[in-house]
Amino acid sequence: MQLVNEEKVSTNGFNLHVIQTKKYKTINVVVKFKAPLNRDTITQRALIPYVLQQGTKNNPSARSLRQKLDELYGAVLSIDSAKKGEDHIITVRMEVANEVYLSSNEQILENAVNVLNEIIFHPKSDGKAFDQKIINREKQTLLQKIDSIVDDKMSYANMRLIDEMCKDEAYNLHVHGYKEDLANVNEENLYEYYQSMLVEDELDIYILGDLEGKDVPQLITKNFSREVRTSKQQKSKGNVEVEKVNEITEQQDVQQGKLHLGFRTNIRFGDPEYNALQVFNGIFGGFPSSKLFMNVREKHSLAYYAASRFESHKGLLFVFSGIAPTDYQKAKEIIIEQMDAMRNGAFSDEQVDETKNMVINQLKETMDHPQGLVEVLYHQVLANQSFSPDKMIEEISHVSRDDLLKVGEKIQLDTVYFLTSKGGDADE
Amino acid sequence: MNKKTYEQLKENLYSEQLDNGLSVFLLPKPEMSKTYGIFSTDYGSIDNTFVPIGQTEPITVPDGIAHFLEHKLFEKEDRDVFQDFTKRGASANAFTSFTKTAYLFSSTSNIEENVQTLLDFVQDPYFSEQSVEKEKGIIGQEITMYDDQPDWRSFFGTIQSMYQHHPVQIDIAGTIKSIDKITKDDLYTCYNTFYHPSNMTFFVAGNFDPEKMMQLIKANQQAKSFAPKEEIKRTFPEEPDQVAKKKHVINMPVSVSKCLIGIKEKMDHSDHQSFIKKELLIDMLLDHFFSRSGEYYQELYENDLIDNSFSFETNMEKNFGFSIIGGNTQKPDELADKLTSILINLKEATIDIEDFKRIKRKKIGQLLRSLNSLEFISSQFIHYHLLGIDLFEILPVIESLTVEDANEFIKHWIDEERIAVCQIVPS
Repeated sequence: MQLVNEEKVSTNGFNLHVIQTKKYKTINVVVKFKAPLNRDTITQRALIPYVLQQGTKNNPSARSLRQKLDELYGAVLSIDSAKKGEDHIITVRMEVANEVYLSSNEQILENAVNVLNEIIFHPKSDGKAFDQKIINREKQTLLQKIDSIVDDKMSYANMRLIDEMCKDEAYNLHVHGYKEDLANVNEENLYEYYQSMLVEDELDIYILGDLEGKDVPQLITKNFSREVRTSKQQKSKGNVEVEKVNEITEQQDVQQGKLHLGFRTNIRFGDPEYNALQVFNGIFGGFPSSKLFMNVREKHSLAYYAASRFESHKGLLFVFSGIAPTDYQKAKEIIIEQMDAMRNGAFSDEQVDETKNMVINQLKETMDHPQGLVEVLYHQVLANQSFSPDKMIEEISHVSRDDLLKVGEKIQLDTVYFLTSKGGDADE
Repeated sequence: MNKKTYEQLKENLYSEQLDNGLSVFLLPKPEMSKTYGIFSTDYGSIDNTFVPIGQTEPITVPDGIAHFLEHKLFEKEDRDVFQDFTKRGASANAFTSFTKTAYLFSSTSNIEENVQTLLDFVQDPYFSEQSVEKEKGIIGQEITMYDDQPDWRSFFGTIQSMYQHHPVQIDIAGTIKSIDKITKDDLYTCYNTFYHPSNMTFFVAGNFDPEKMMQLIKANQQAKSFAPKEEIKRTFPEEPDQVAKKKHVINMPVSVSKCLIGIKEKMDHSDHQSFIKKELLIDMLLDHFFSRSGEYYQELYENDLIDNSFSFETNMEKNFGFSIIGGNTQKPDELADKLTSILINLKEATIDIEDFKRIKRKKIGQLLRSLNSLEFISSQFIHYHLLGIDLFEILPVIESLTVEDANEFIKHWIDEERIAVCQIVPS
């Protein structure tokens, strides 16, 4: 049986992806805008998700818009922005109850798609500019968001690691934008940018759920249509070679130290080694059976968490761990030893087989969640590759020890970042 | 084995209470790839004073012991049970809450073996002095991690300002000092008292055959022997109606302040039905006033008192219940005053019928959405089951609520003495 039944058509200036499944009691519509990461636009793009939730032509306040959604059996609207490789993605999601489960005959999906159309194509404006009051208030909200990143030490350490590691690459750009650039954003230039984004961004629309008996393409094309201007493609910088390992220590008023390491894999979604990388990461630090968990946590009791994950479209692998400030050298050595062990093939064939199963299991589980399924499928758009989950699972099951050793050869440590307590001597 | 069909939700639930007292529930979901199994005991951080099984006098155990036990149950004499799941491509986890400890796995293959492993490892403890000592370093880092998180500190700070004596005010993981006192004998005492099958629930949801699954679980349980069922005697201190302190300020190195308001809910429900109605009404009223479509959200937002981190939650259990409202703010004192005054004056508020209809619809949609998740279904089913409520019958309860119910409830909901404030401000 096929894991996912994705029908894709290009129409009206976007790609429509229809996924029929009986897994969910809801229907999800997910709209994704994609553009290259760029310092000139990232702050505006970071602000847009906030602004779009503040009102539309027909529902001119945030409250009236939310009430409209509540009436549709609590339709859930969420809009956010994210970095994927060197692209910036704005995602608008709408989730509604499937009428099948309700004791009413209302056209909830159709109404919800109408509202979605309004939010995206008719946000509150006078045709030349957004509402000034809204822009000022949302700038304030975004500012507070930027300010509060430092209060979440794990995210902060992760951001700082990338700052240091990818100094000259678009990937270092902060997803929430920059305070100093925000000062120059106003209701007019933001509106102007939004209009260009609507026609220039790559646009993908996913709709998934039990859609039997519904004419989905008709419903979507009735509400979504645009004239596309040539969209910009990110010019890939290609691979970055590490000349020397960069070691950064930063002190703050914290109790736990955050030790984050950045490696370059130079392996991306769609590359022949990508599936082996998934297995490699699993053995190294992806699961509780991994080398990092077993050694940093279980053997040496240094941490509650010690794990790794990889960035699929940029070719990076990150290790993160929370340790006592005095354990820096010891923990760092143990982590680097584990990577050396991986490179030297210090893992059993049994471990390889188990980890392949875990990776496949994880992928299938992710696809049981509606949002997870969309994220899995969207990888193909990001990489501009057609590579179905079924094919991926097939290939993962064929990964060999040799494939893992080849991955190991490509991985290089680039940056070690340590956030520690004030007065905590990192060299102890 | 009993079978119950829920027509509107299109779900079939199979259940049976086994001879040893274990309650088993099975929810087949053939359209899903995965299966999720959870083994839960009615024992959490609040159960710190009790009469150990086979004894007569109550004892009080060190703070954080239920959570410590949860960590240690995975470790056996010769191996870590995580690896048994890993070998089959499954993932395992566990959590400890105020009232429950639960062990779980999820997997898309080898379901029957994973179910066996889950049953077996939870029912076969192995604690040694050496492994207890080793865990203190790991849990110590877990506690330190939470100490650096302003969200967790403000949440717990709010609970501590509401409760004077009730053990809900004790941090679930304990403190570095309190866990240092834990011994392997303490762990056995807690285990033997609270992990009897009659105090536990086993729930499996996902892709499997219910008949075969029930047989497997029964055979597994029949092959083991357990002490006869005994009633567990837990003791809870008398908790006054009023909050412990009206205001609690925590200084932390944060860049954005936080302000939360806690409402210590009345525990005056007479039965299961009135409990669930009350929980639903509180949730719907909070939604009506404080969600993004609510009466006060926009005003608070436009006056720069809140940002989009503002949220609310309700936590209702057998012998305690509270609601918490708040989030990041630039003006923690102004927000505290404003929210307090809104809450005190709610006695006078009335909800109109159109608004109530809308909140009801929202609540129904929310419930359907949560039923997409096997994790939600399993853990919430057990939660409500222990309170005498059927998760799948909440939908008709929501449909039955009227605007009169809401307007009657709101008159007696909040008293000034039940409100506490907790703020995190930059040090």
